[in-house]
Amino acid sequence: MAAVDHFLAMGGYAPFVWPAYTMAVIVLGGLLVQTLITYKKRKRELQAAEKQRR
Amino acid sequence: MNKFFLLVMRDLRLALRQGGDAAMVVGFFVLTVILFPFGVGPEPELLQRIAAGIIWVTALLAALLSLERLFQGDYEDGSLETLILLPLPLEAQVLAKCLAHWLVTGLPLTLVAPLLALLLHLDVDGYPALMLGMALGTPILSLLGAIGAALCLGARRGGVLLSLLVLPLYIPVLIFGVAAIEAEISGLGARPHLLLLAALLVLALALVPFAAAGALRQAVE
Amino acid sequence: MFRLANPNRFMNWSAKLLPWCVVATAILLGVGTWLALFVAPPDYQQGEAVRIMYVHVPAAWMASFVYAVMAISSAVALIWRHPLADIAAKEAAPLGAGFTLVCLVSGSLWGKPMWGTYWVWDARLTSVLVLFFLYLGYIALVNAFDEPTRGNRAGAILALVGAVNLPIIKFSVDWWNTLHQPASVFRLGGPTIAPSMLWPLLVMALGFTLFFVTLLLLRMRSALMAAKLRALRIQQSVAA
Repeated sequence: MAAVDHFLAMGGYAPFVWPAYTMAVIVLGGLLVQTLITYKKRKRELQAAEKQRR
Repeated sequence: MNKFFLLVMRDLRLALRQGGDAAMVVGFFVLTVILFPFGVGPEPELLQRIAAGIIWVTALLAALLSLERLFQGDYEDGSLETLILLPLPLEAQVLAKCLAHWLVTGLPLTLVAPLLALLLHLDVDGYPALMLGMALGTPILSLLGAIGAALCLGARRGGVLLSLLVLPLYIPVLIFGVAAIEAEISGLGARPHLLLLAALLVLALALVPFAAAGALRQAVE
Repeated sequence: MFRLANPNRFMNWSAKLLPWCVVATAILLGVGTWLALFVAPPDYQQGEAVRIMYVHVPAAWMASFVYAVMAISSAVALIWRHPLADIAAKEAAPLGAGFTLVCLVSGSLWGKPMWGTYWVWDARLTSVLVLFFLYLGYIALVNAFDEPTRGNRAGAILALVGAVNLPIIKFSVDWWNTLHQPASVFRLGGPTIAPSMLWPLLVMALGFTLFFVTLLLLRMRSALMAAKLRALRIQQSVAA
Protein backbone atom coordinates (compact mmCIF):
# COMPACT_ATOMS: atom_id res chain seq x y z
CA MET A 1 0.00 0.00 0.00
CA ALA A 2 2.80 2.33 0.93
CA ALA A 3 4.44 1.66 -2.41
CA VAL A 4 1.24 2.54 -4.31
CA ASP A 5 0.82 5.70 -2.24
CA HIS A 6 4.40 6.64 -2.96
CA PHE A 7 3.85 6.11 -6.66
CA LEU A 8 0.61 8.11 -6.72
CA ALA A 9 2.21 10.95 -4.79
CA MET A 10 4.87 11.39 -7.51
CA GLY A 11 7.30 12.95 -5.08
CA GLY A 12 4.85 15.71 -4.28
CA TYR A 13 4.25 16.60 -7.91
CA ALA A 14 1.05 14.57 -8.19
CA PRO A 15 -1.21 17.61 -8.85
CA PHE A 16 0.84 18.26 -11.96
CA VAL A 17 1.89 14.86 -13.27
CA TRP A 18 -1.47 13.09 -13.07
CA PRO A 19 -3.56 15.87 -14.65
CA ALA A 20 -1.00 16.03 -17.46
CA TYR A 21 -1.31 12.31 -18.23
CA THR A 22 -5.09 12.33 -17.74
CA MET A 23 -5.54 15.30 -20.04
CA ALA A 24 -3.43 13.60 -22.71
CA VAL A 25 -5.56 10.47 -22.44
CA ILE A 26 -8.76 12.51 -22.67
CA VAL A 27 -7.66 14.54 -25.71
CA LEU A 28 -6.06 11.71 -27.65
CA GLY A 29 -8.68 9.24 -26.53
CA GLY A 30 -11.38 11.68 -27.56
CA LEU A 31 -9.87 11.92 -31.03
CA LEU A 32 -9.74 8.14 -31.21
CA VAL A 33 -13.38 7.77 -30.15
CA GLN A 34 -14.58 10.43 -32.56
CA THR A 35 -12.60 8.85 -35.39
CA LEU A 36 -14.00 5.39 -34.69
CA ILE A 37 -17.59 6.60 -34.36
CA THR A 38 -17.40 8.44 -37.69
CA TYR A 39 -15.71 5.45 -39.32
CA LYS A 40 -18.35 2.97 -38.20
CA LYS A 41 -21.13 5.36 -39.19
CA ARG A 42 -19.75 5.85 -42.70
CA LYS A 43 -19.23 2.15 -43.12
CA ARG A 44 -22.83 1.44 -42.16
CA GLU A 45 -24.20 4.15 -44.43
CA LEU A 46 -22.09 3.03 -47.35
CA GLN A 47 -23.09 -0.61 -46.96
CA ALA A 48 -26.75 0.37 -46.73
CA ALA A 49 -26.50 2.50 -49.87
CA GLU A 50 -24.69 -0.24 -51.77
CA LYS A 51 -27.35 -2.76 -50.76
CA GLN A 52 -30.02 -0.40 -52.00
CA ARG A 53 -28.27 -0.16 -55.32
CA ARG A 54 -28.59 -3.86 -55.96
CA MET B 1 4.75 49.85 -64.82
CA ASN B 2 2.18 52.13 -66.33
CA LYS B 3 -0.52 49.50 -66.03
CA PHE B 4 0.46 48.92 -62.41
CA PHE B 5 -0.09 52.54 -61.49
CA LEU B 6 -3.28 52.68 -63.52
CA LEU B 7 -4.57 49.83 -61.39
CA VAL B 8 -3.48 51.51 -58.18
CA MET B 9 -5.23 54.69 -59.26
CA ARG B 10 -8.36 52.73 -60.11
CA ASP B 11 -8.46 51.07 -56.70
CA LEU B 12 -7.71 54.35 -54.97
CA ARG B 13 -10.48 56.10 -56.83
CA LEU B 14 -12.91 53.31 -55.92
CA ALA B 15 -11.82 53.45 -52.29
CA LEU B 16 -12.02 57.22 -52.08
CA ARG B 17 -15.34 57.29 -53.88
CA GLN B 18 -16.72 55.16 -51.07
CA GLY B 19 -15.15 57.87 -48.94
CA GLY B 20 -16.17 56.32 -45.69
CA ASP B 21 -13.43 53.70 -45.61
CA ALA B 22 -10.40 55.68 -44.48
CA ALA B 23 -12.48 57.84 -42.17
CA MET B 24 -14.15 54.78 -40.66
CA VAL B 25 -10.89 52.98 -40.04
CA VAL B 26 -9.30 56.01 -38.44
CA GLY B 27 -12.46 56.68 -36.48
CA PHE B 28 -12.51 53.15 -35.10
CA PHE B 29 -8.82 53.46 -34.24
CA VAL B 30 -9.29 56.67 -32.29
CA LEU B 31 -12.48 55.58 -30.53
CA THR B 32 -11.08 52.24 -29.40
CA VAL B 33 -7.90 53.79 -28.07
CA ILE B 34 -9.96 56.34 -26.19
CA LEU B 35 -11.89 53.54 -24.52
CA PHE B 36 -8.84 52.40 -22.63
CA PRO B 37 -8.47 55.35 -20.24
CA PHE B 38 -12.11 54.81 -19.37
CA GLY B 39 -11.53 51.10 -18.88
CA VAL B 40 -8.25 50.99 -16.99
CA GLY B 41 -8.32 54.41 -15.37
CA PRO B 42 -6.65 57.64 -16.43
CA GLU B 43 -3.45 57.51 -14.35
CA PRO B 44 -0.64 58.60 -16.66
CA GLU B 45 1.89 56.07 -15.34
CA LEU B 46 -0.39 53.12 -16.08
CA LEU B 47 -1.38 54.41 -19.52
CA GLN B 48 2.22 55.15 -20.36
CA ARG B 49 3.22 51.56 -19.64
CA ILE B 50 0.58 50.07 -21.93
CA ALA B 51 0.39 52.82 -24.57
CA ALA B 52 2.58 51.09 -27.15
CA GLY B 53 0.62 47.85 -26.88
CA ILE B 54 -2.79 49.55 -27.03
CA ILE B 55 -1.92 51.58 -30.11
CA TRP B 56 -0.48 48.62 -31.98
CA VAL B 57 -3.25 46.15 -31.12
CA THR B 58 -5.92 48.66 -32.05
CA ALA B 59 -4.10 49.44 -35.31
CA LEU B 60 -4.14 45.72 -36.10
CA LEU B 61 -7.86 45.50 -35.47
CA ALA B 62 -8.53 48.65 -37.47
CA ALA B 63 -6.56 47.27 -40.42
CA LEU B 64 -8.62 44.07 -40.24
CA LEU B 65 -11.85 46.04 -40.61
CA SER B 66 -11.42 46.98 -44.23
CA LEU B 67 -9.73 43.79 -45.43
CA GLU B 68 -12.89 41.85 -46.17
CA ARG B 69 -13.79 44.25 -48.95
CA LEU B 70 -10.37 44.10 -50.60
CA PHE B 71 -11.38 41.64 -53.28
CA GLN B 72 -15.05 41.24 -52.41
CA GLY B 73 -16.35 43.81 -54.87
CA ASP B 74 -14.51 42.37 -57.83
CA TYR B 75 -15.41 38.81 -56.80
CA GLU B 76 -19.12 39.50 -56.51
CA ASP B 77 -19.63 41.38 -59.74
CA GLY B 78 -17.53 38.91 -61.71
CA SER B 79 -14.77 41.31 -62.67
CA LEU B 80 -12.22 39.15 -60.84
CA GLU B 81 -12.21 36.68 -63.73
CA THR B 82 -11.52 39.54 -66.12
CA LEU B 83 -8.68 40.81 -63.96
CA ILE B 84 -7.05 37.39 -64.02
CA LEU B 85 -7.06 37.46 -67.81
CA LEU B 86 -5.42 40.89 -68.02
CA PRO B 87 -1.89 41.07 -69.47
CA LEU B 88 -0.72 42.55 -66.18
CA PRO B 89 0.25 39.57 -63.95
CA LEU B 90 -2.18 38.81 -61.15
CA GLU B 91 0.68 39.05 -58.66
CA ALA B 92 1.30 42.67 -59.70
CA GLN B 93 -2.41 43.38 -59.40
CA VAL B 94 -2.36 42.03 -55.86
CA LEU B 95 0.51 44.40 -55.04
CA ALA B 96 -1.45 47.25 -56.58
CA LYS B 97 -4.49 46.42 -54.45
CA CYS B 98 -2.36 46.18 -51.32
CA LEU B 99 -0.74 49.52 -52.05
CA ALA B 100 -4.11 51.16 -52.52
CA HIS B 101 -5.39 49.54 -49.34
CA TRP B 102 -2.39 50.75 -47.38
CA LEU B 103 -2.69 54.30 -48.70
CA VAL B 104 -6.27 54.37 -47.50
CA THR B 105 -5.88 52.58 -44.15
CA GLY B 106 -2.29 51.99 -42.99
CA LEU B 107 -0.99 55.42 -43.90
CA PRO B 108 -3.78 57.35 -42.15
CA LEU B 109 -3.31 55.09 -39.12
CA THR B 110 0.41 55.86 -39.04
CA LEU B 111 -0.27 59.58 -39.27
CA VAL B 112 -2.88 59.55 -36.50
CA ALA B 113 -0.82 57.37 -34.16
CA PRO B 114 1.25 60.19 -32.60
CA LEU B 115 -1.93 62.01 -31.63
CA LEU B 116 -3.14 58.92 -29.81
CA ALA B 117 0.28 58.43 -28.25
CA LEU B 118 -0.18 61.89 -26.82
CA LEU B 119 -3.53 60.92 -25.29
CA LEU B 120 -1.94 57.87 -23.71
CA HIS B 121 1.07 59.74 -22.35
CA LEU B 122 3.54 57.70 -24.35
CA ASP B 123 7.11 58.62 -23.48
CA VAL B 124 8.40 61.21 -25.95
CA ASP B 125 11.39 59.04 -26.83
CA GLY B 126 9.03 56.45 -28.23
CA TYR B 127 7.44 58.60 -30.92
CA PRO B 128 9.98 58.07 -33.72
CA ALA B 129 10.00 54.31 -33.10
CA LEU B 130 6.19 54.36 -33.15
CA MET B 131 6.01 56.22 -36.46
CA LEU B 132 8.74 54.24 -38.13
CA GLY B 133 7.44 50.96 -36.79
CA MET B 134 3.94 51.64 -38.04
CA ALA B 135 5.23 52.91 -41.38
CA LEU B 136 7.02 49.57 -41.82
CA GLY B 137 4.42 47.40 -40.15
CA THR B 138 1.13 48.61 -41.63
CA PRO B 139 2.12 47.64 -45.20
CA ILE B 140 2.87 44.16 -43.86
CA LEU B 141 -0.62 44.12 -42.36
CA SER B 142 -2.14 45.03 -45.73
CA LEU B 143 -0.09 42.35 -47.49
CA LEU B 144 -0.79 39.53 -45.04
CA GLY B 145 -4.40 40.61 -44.91
CA ALA B 146 -4.64 40.28 -48.67
CA ILE B 147 -3.86 36.55 -48.40
CA GLY B 148 -6.59 36.14 -45.82
CA ALA B 149 -9.05 38.19 -47.86
CA ALA B 150 -8.36 36.14 -50.98
CA LEU B 151 -8.73 32.84 -49.11
CA CYS B 152 -12.06 33.83 -47.56
CA LEU B 153 -13.81 34.86 -50.78
CA GLY B 154 -17.16 33.12 -50.87
CA ALA B 155 -16.76 31.58 -47.43
CA ARG B 156 -19.48 31.53 -44.84
CA ARG B 157 -18.97 34.15 -42.12
CA GLY B 158 -15.99 35.41 -44.05
CA GLY B 159 -15.44 38.40 -41.77
CA VAL B 160 -14.80 36.47 -38.58
CA LEU B 161 -12.96 33.73 -40.43
CA LEU B 162 -10.67 36.37 -41.91
CA SER B 163 -9.76 37.64 -38.45
CA LEU B 164 -9.12 34.09 -37.19
CA LEU B 165 -6.76 33.43 -40.09
CA VAL B 166 -4.94 36.73 -40.20
CA LEU B 167 -4.42 37.60 -36.53
CA PRO B 168 -1.96 34.74 -35.83
CA LEU B 169 0.06 35.90 -38.84
CA TYR B 170 0.02 39.46 -37.47
CA ILE B 171 1.59 38.50 -34.16
CA PRO B 172 5.27 38.86 -35.20
CA VAL B 173 4.57 42.36 -36.57
CA LEU B 174 2.90 43.27 -33.29
CA ILE B 175 5.75 41.86 -31.23
CA PHE B 176 8.47 43.73 -33.07
CA GLY B 177 6.45 46.93 -33.40
CA VAL B 178 5.88 47.19 -29.67
CA ALA B 179 9.38 45.98 -28.84
CA ALA B 180 10.85 48.76 -30.99
CA ILE B 181 9.03 51.42 -28.99
CA GLU B 182 9.89 49.94 -25.63
CA ALA B 183 13.53 49.44 -26.64
CA GLU B 184 13.82 53.07 -27.68
CA ILE B 185 12.28 54.27 -24.44
CA SER B 186 14.50 52.10 -22.28
CA GLY B 187 17.58 53.32 -24.14
CA LEU B 188 18.48 50.04 -25.85
CA GLY B 189 17.66 51.37 -29.31
CA ALA B 190 14.91 50.42 -31.68
CA ARG B 191 17.19 49.59 -34.60
CA PRO B 192 17.27 45.77 -34.34
CA HIS B 193 13.49 45.57 -34.10
CA LEU B 194 12.92 48.04 -36.90
CA LEU B 195 15.38 46.15 -39.07
CA LEU B 196 13.46 42.94 -38.39
CA LEU B 197 10.24 44.69 -39.36
CA ALA B 198 11.92 45.89 -42.56
CA ALA B 199 13.03 42.33 -43.26
CA LEU B 200 9.49 41.05 -42.71
CA LEU B 201 8.23 43.72 -45.10
CA VAL B 202 10.67 42.69 -47.80
CA LEU B 203 9.76 39.03 -47.30
CA ALA B 204 6.07 39.84 -47.47
CA LEU B 205 6.50 41.94 -50.62
CA ALA B 206 8.32 39.06 -52.26
CA LEU B 207 6.06 36.17 -51.23
CA VAL B 208 2.56 37.47 -50.57
CA PRO B 209 1.69 38.32 -54.20
CA PHE B 210 2.19 34.69 -55.19
CA ALA B 211 0.20 33.27 -52.30
CA ALA B 212 -2.64 35.77 -52.74
CA ALA B 213 -2.73 35.35 -56.52
CA GLY B 214 -2.91 31.58 -56.06
CA ALA B 215 -5.78 32.03 -53.64
CA LEU B 216 -7.58 34.36 -56.07
CA ARG B 217 -7.19 31.91 -58.94
CA GLN B 218 -8.68 29.03 -56.98
CA ALA B 219 -11.51 31.29 -55.86
CA VAL B 220 -12.80 31.67 -59.39
CA GLU B 221 -12.32 28.11 -60.56
CA MET C 1 3.67 6.33 -55.35
CA PHE C 2 0.84 7.72 -57.43
CA ARG C 3 -0.39 4.25 -58.22
CA LEU C 4 -0.59 3.55 -54.51
CA ALA C 5 -2.61 6.70 -54.10
CA ASN C 6 -5.48 5.71 -56.35
CA PRO C 7 -8.49 5.73 -54.00
CA ASN C 8 -9.43 2.09 -54.48
CA ARG C 9 -5.86 0.94 -54.12
CA PHE C 10 -5.59 3.11 -51.03
CA MET C 11 -8.62 1.42 -49.47
CA ASN C 12 -7.02 -1.93 -50.22
CA TRP C 13 -3.57 -1.36 -48.84
CA SER C 14 -4.74 0.71 -45.90
CA ALA C 15 -7.08 -2.12 -44.91
CA LYS C 16 -4.14 -4.50 -44.88
CA LEU C 17 -1.87 -2.08 -43.03
CA LEU C 18 -4.32 -1.00 -40.34
CA PRO C 19 -4.29 -4.09 -38.09
CA TRP C 20 -0.48 -3.91 -37.89
CA CYS C 21 -0.65 -0.20 -37.06
CA VAL C 22 -3.20 -0.77 -34.34
CA VAL C 23 -1.15 -3.51 -32.71
CA ALA C 24 2.09 -1.54 -32.98
CA THR C 25 0.43 1.56 -31.53
CA ALA C 26 -1.00 -0.36 -28.60
CA ILE C 27 2.32 -2.03 -27.81
CA LEU C 28 4.42 1.12 -28.15
CA LEU C 29 2.05 3.31 -26.14
CA GLY C 30 1.67 0.64 -23.49
CA VAL C 31 5.40 0.00 -23.15
CA GLY C 32 6.15 3.71 -23.41
CA THR C 33 3.76 4.63 -20.62
CA TRP C 34 5.11 1.85 -18.42
CA LEU C 35 8.67 3.00 -19.06
CA ALA C 36 7.73 6.61 -18.43
CA LEU C 37 5.89 6.04 -15.17
CA PHE C 38 7.80 3.12 -13.64
CA VAL C 39 11.19 2.51 -15.22
CA ALA C 40 12.55 5.95 -16.02
CA PRO C 41 14.49 7.49 -13.15
CA PRO C 42 13.42 10.68 -11.39
CA ASP C 43 15.50 13.69 -12.33
CA TYR C 44 18.03 14.84 -9.75
CA GLN C 45 16.75 18.40 -10.07
CA GLN C 46 13.10 17.98 -11.06
CA GLY C 47 12.23 14.81 -9.21
CA GLU C 48 9.17 12.97 -10.38
CA ALA C 49 7.86 16.01 -12.26
CA VAL C 50 10.18 15.07 -15.10
CA ARG C 51 7.73 12.30 -16.01
CA ILE C 52 5.54 14.95 -17.63
CA MET C 53 8.29 15.20 -20.23
CA TYR C 54 7.31 11.81 -21.64
CA VAL C 55 3.92 13.23 -22.62
CA HIS C 56 4.91 16.82 -23.35
CA VAL C 57 7.91 16.27 -25.64
CA PRO C 58 6.42 13.59 -27.91
CA ALA C 59 3.27 15.72 -28.20
CA ALA C 60 5.39 18.73 -29.14
CA TRP C 61 7.27 16.74 -31.78
CA MET C 62 3.97 15.48 -33.20
CA ALA C 63 2.49 18.99 -33.25
CA SER C 64 5.18 20.15 -35.66
CA PHE C 65 5.46 16.85 -37.51
CA VAL C 66 1.74 16.69 -38.31
CA TYR C 67 1.81 20.27 -39.57
CA ALA C 68 4.72 19.37 -41.82
CA VAL C 69 2.69 16.41 -43.13
CA MET C 70 -0.22 18.79 -43.74
CA ALA C 71 1.99 21.29 -45.53
CA ILE C 72 3.57 18.66 -47.77
CA SER C 73 0.17 17.12 -48.57
CA SER C 74 -1.12 20.59 -49.36
CA ALA C 75 1.77 21.23 -51.72
CA VAL C 76 1.14 17.90 -53.46
CA ALA C 77 -2.57 18.73 -53.67
CA LEU C 78 -1.91 22.11 -55.24
CA ILE C 79 0.80 20.99 -57.66
CA TRP C 80 -0.56 17.64 -58.81
CA ARG C 81 -4.24 18.14 -57.92
CA HIS C 82 -4.20 14.80 -56.11
CA PRO C 83 -7.51 14.14 -54.30
CA LEU C 84 -5.94 11.91 -51.66
CA ALA C 85 -3.48 14.65 -50.75
CA ASP C 86 -6.39 17.00 -50.05
CA ILE C 87 -8.01 14.38 -47.85
CA ALA C 88 -4.78 13.63 -46.01
CA ALA C 89 -4.24 17.29 -45.13
CA LYS C 90 -7.82 17.84 -44.05
CA GLU C 91 -7.95 14.75 -41.85
CA ALA C 92 -4.54 15.35 -40.29
CA ALA C 93 -5.46 18.81 -39.02
CA PRO C 94 -7.65 17.86 -36.02
CA LEU C 95 -5.01 15.32 -34.98
CA GLY C 96 -2.32 17.98 -35.11
CA ALA C 97 -4.48 20.38 -33.14
CA GLY C 98 -5.00 17.69 -30.50
CA PHE C 99 -1.27 17.07 -30.13
CA THR C 100 -0.62 20.81 -29.91
CA LEU C 101 -3.24 21.13 -27.17
CA VAL C 102 -1.67 18.26 -25.22
CA CYS C 103 1.73 19.92 -25.67
CA LEU C 104 0.51 23.29 -24.42
CA VAL C 105 -1.42 21.98 -21.42
CA SER C 106 1.18 19.44 -20.32
CA GLY C 107 3.87 22.07 -20.75
CA SER C 108 1.87 24.46 -18.64
CA LEU C 109 1.48 21.83 -15.91
CA TRP C 110 5.22 21.15 -16.08
CA GLY C 111 6.05 24.83 -15.97
CA LYS C 112 4.20 25.59 -12.76
CA PRO C 113 6.34 23.47 -10.44
CA MET C 114 9.54 24.02 -12.45
CA TRP C 115 9.46 27.69 -13.41
CA GLY C 116 6.82 28.87 -10.95
CA THR C 117 4.36 29.93 -13.63
CA TYR C 118 1.71 28.27 -15.80
CA TRP C 119 2.59 30.45 -18.78
CA VAL C 120 5.26 32.79 -20.03
CA TRP C 121 5.35 34.69 -23.30
CA ASP C 122 8.66 33.41 -24.51
CA ALA C 123 9.42 32.61 -28.14
CA ARG C 124 8.87 28.84 -28.00
CA LEU C 125 5.55 28.94 -26.13
CA THR C 126 4.24 31.82 -28.23
CA SER C 127 5.10 30.16 -31.54
CA VAL C 128 3.46 26.87 -30.44
CA LEU C 129 0.36 28.82 -29.41
CA VAL C 130 0.38 30.43 -32.86
CA LEU C 131 0.67 26.92 -34.33
CA PHE C 132 -2.46 25.93 -32.40
CA PHE C 133 -4.36 28.87 -33.88
CA LEU C 134 -3.05 28.04 -37.33
CA TYR C 135 -4.57 24.58 -36.96
CA LEU C 136 -7.89 26.03 -35.80
CA GLY C 137 -7.85 28.58 -38.61
CA TYR C 138 -7.15 25.86 -41.16
CA ILE C 139 -9.99 23.69 -39.87
CA ALA C 140 -12.36 26.68 -39.88
CA LEU C 141 -11.34 27.68 -43.40
CA VAL C 142 -11.68 24.22 -44.94
CA ASN C 143 -15.15 23.84 -43.45
CA ALA C 144 -16.35 27.34 -44.36
CA PHE C 145 -17.23 26.62 -47.96
CA ASP C 146 -20.28 24.85 -49.29
CA GLU C 147 -18.17 23.28 -52.00
CA PRO C 148 -15.53 20.95 -50.52
CA THR C 149 -12.97 21.52 -53.30
CA ARG C 150 -12.90 25.27 -52.65
CA GLY C 151 -12.34 24.62 -48.97
CA ASN C 152 -9.53 22.15 -49.64
CA ARG C 153 -7.72 24.49 -52.04
CA ALA C 154 -8.01 27.48 -49.73
CA GLY C 155 -6.83 25.35 -46.82
CA ALA C 156 -3.88 24.11 -48.84
CA ILE C 157 -2.69 27.66 -49.46
CA LEU C 158 -3.16 28.59 -45.81
CA ALA C 159 -1.23 25.50 -44.70
CA LEU C 160 1.70 26.50 -46.89
CA VAL C 161 1.66 30.12 -45.74
CA GLY C 162 1.61 29.02 -42.10
CA ALA C 163 4.53 26.66 -42.65
CA VAL C 164 6.92 29.56 -42.03
CA ASN C 165 6.04 29.08 -38.36
CA LEU C 166 7.72 25.67 -38.23
CA PRO C 167 11.36 26.82 -38.41
CA ILE C 168 10.47 29.59 -35.97
CA ILE C 169 9.23 27.00 -33.47
CA LYS C 170 12.26 24.81 -33.93
CA PHE C 171 14.89 27.50 -33.67
CA SER C 172 13.12 29.90 -31.31
CA VAL C 173 14.99 28.48 -28.33
CA ASP C 174 18.29 29.13 -30.12
CA TRP C 175 17.53 32.57 -31.56
CA TRP C 176 16.05 34.12 -28.45
CA ASN C 177 17.18 33.86 -24.87
CA THR C 178 14.08 32.19 -23.50
CA LEU C 179 12.80 30.44 -20.43
CA HIS C 180 12.05 27.24 -22.34
CA GLN C 181 15.04 24.94 -22.33
CA PRO C 182 17.08 24.51 -25.51
CA ALA C 183 17.08 21.38 -27.66
CA SER C 184 18.49 18.30 -25.95
CA VAL C 185 17.63 15.62 -28.49
CA PHE C 186 17.51 16.95 -32.04
CA ARG C 187 20.71 18.92 -32.12
CA LEU C 188 24.09 18.87 -33.88
CA GLY C 189 26.43 16.87 -31.73
CA GLY C 190 23.79 14.40 -30.64
CA PRO C 191 21.44 14.24 -27.70
CA THR C 192 22.52 15.51 -24.32
CA ILE C 193 19.81 13.70 -22.45
CA ALA C 194 20.65 10.62 -20.39
CA PRO C 195 19.99 7.26 -22.14
CA SER C 196 17.72 6.09 -19.31
CA MET C 197 15.47 9.00 -20.17
CA LEU C 198 16.07 9.00 -23.91
CA TRP C 199 14.69 5.51 -24.50
CA PRO C 200 11.29 6.01 -22.84
CA LEU C 201 11.07 9.29 -24.71
CA LEU C 202 11.75 7.68 -28.08
CA VAL C 203 9.33 4.82 -27.41
CA MET C 204 6.58 7.26 -26.50
CA ALA C 205 7.40 9.39 -29.54
CA LEU C 206 7.18 6.36 -31.79
CA GLY C 207 3.94 5.36 -30.11
CA PHE C 208 2.47 8.83 -30.71
CA THR C 209 3.59 8.68 -34.33
CA LEU C 210 1.94 5.33 -34.92
CA PHE C 211 -1.16 6.58 -33.13
CA PHE C 212 -1.23 9.44 -35.61
CA VAL C 213 -0.72 7.14 -38.60
CA THR C 214 -3.46 4.77 -37.44
CA LEU C 215 -5.98 7.54 -36.87
CA LEU C 216 -5.04 9.27 -40.11
CA LEU C 217 -5.59 6.08 -42.11
CA LEU C 218 -8.95 5.55 -40.41
CA ARG C 219 -10.01 9.13 -41.02
CA MET C 220 -8.94 9.02 -44.65
CA ARG C 221 -10.88 5.80 -45.15
CA SER C 222 -13.93 7.49 -43.57
CA ALA C 223 -13.54 10.45 -45.91
CA LEU C 224 -13.27 8.20 -48.97
CA MET C 225 -16.33 6.24 -47.89
CA ALA C 226 -18.22 9.52 -47.47
CA ALA C 227 -17.18 10.58 -50.96
CA LYS C 228 -18.30 7.24 -52.37
CA LEU C 229 -21.60 7.63 -50.52
CA ARG C 230 -22.14 11.08 -52.02
CA ALA C 231 -21.44 9.72 -55.49
CA LEU C 232 -23.85 6.84 -54.96
CA ARG C 233 -26.57 9.14 -53.71
CA ILE C 234 -26.14 11.41 -56.72
CA GLN C 235 -26.31 8.36 -58.99
CA GLN C 236 -29.46 7.16 -57.31
CA SER C 237 -31.22 10.49 -57.47
CA VAL C 238 -30.33 10.81 -61.16
CA ALA C 239 -31.56 7.28 -61.92
CA ALA C 240 -34.83 7.87 -60.04
